[in-house]
Amino acid sequence: MQRALALGMVVAIGVLLVFTVSTNLLPFGSFPSRQIGENFDNSIGQQILENAPQQTGAANVVTSVVWGYRGYDTLGEVTVLFAAVVSVVMIFRAFGRRE
Amino acid sequence: MSLEFLIQNALLVFLFVLCLIAIELKDLLYSVIVLAGASITLTVVFFMLQAPDIAITQAAVGAGVTTVLFVIAISRTRRRE
Amino acid sequence: MAGMTVIVRTIARLLFPFTFLFGAYIVIHGHLTPGGGFPGGVIIAASIVMLILAYGIERAQKKVGFLHAEVLESVGGIAIVILGLFGLLLGISFLQNVFPLGELGQLFSAGNLPLLYLGVGVKVTAGIILIFYAMLFAFRGEEE
Repeated sequence: MQRALALGMVVAIGVLLVFTVSTNLLPFGSFPSRQIGENFDNSIGQQILENAPQQTGAANVVTSVVWGYRGYDTLGEVTVLFAAVVSVVMIFRAFGRRE
Repeated sequence: MSLEFLIQNALLVFLFVLCLIAIELKDLLYSVIVLAGASITLTVVFFMLQAPDIAITQAAVGAGVTTVLFVIAISRTRRRE
Repeated sequence: MAGMTVIVRTIARLLFPFTFLFGAYIVIHGHLTPGGGFPGGVIIAASIVMLILAYGIERAQKKVGFLHAEVLESVGGIAIVILGLFGLLLGISFLQNVFPLGELGQLFSAGNLPLLYLGVGVKVTAGIILIFYAMLFAFRGEEE
């Protein structure tokens, strides 16, 4: 049952991926844009690409987004990592003590 | 139908096939190795999409750490499904 | 975990400094080239895990202990929060850049971004080593 479920999920995701890519429904690797009414708007991404080197001073735009513009998100990500490590250590310590 | 488009589609189909093989294999150690190969394929796809940051992360985490973690887990439990 | 053969040990010993240096390069140059704290930290952790697997957990414990990793992980997290509080105290908002920006493309530029990446790198390295230690310690009793 579990294997059938996993197989079904892989087949569904694969078919969706191949379908969306090959029919140009969503052009593969295209610039992320937001649709407002008829026209596509990608002004936020364009503004970040233009202003990031002056505003944050980092040559790598991804870095300036990750820690400059979206600092809170990344802090949350680090907190998730901390929670994961703490829970793994806790579970395996309890497991080792019981044996 | 550019060459890049064809290569990307071929890589995606290859990734799909590798994931199917990883599910179908009965020997879990082989399955983990096939999964590392799928991870490397995904790295190439990310690199072709001009996302080198994600490509580095995928290569380090997907092919490096998770493989070792799975191998340790298999060595402590049963190898065959 | 009792370590492996001489071949594996020699290769791990020779490969360790290069892997470690590559990870450190990715962490330190996170604001200039692709990469950053997370992948760099994972590569450093992979180099240390390679040593752990090759030489056995007893010998690796003397170099990088469980407690060291625990402390380092907390230190990395606290460093990030303190850097964020600098912005709150001196500037306008949390995680705001208060250091001089410097010249674009130089190593010492971009204010607090390299420092934040350093904190993330230390934290991720220690966290992944900690996960490996936890997994290896939990089943240690079965082997003897």
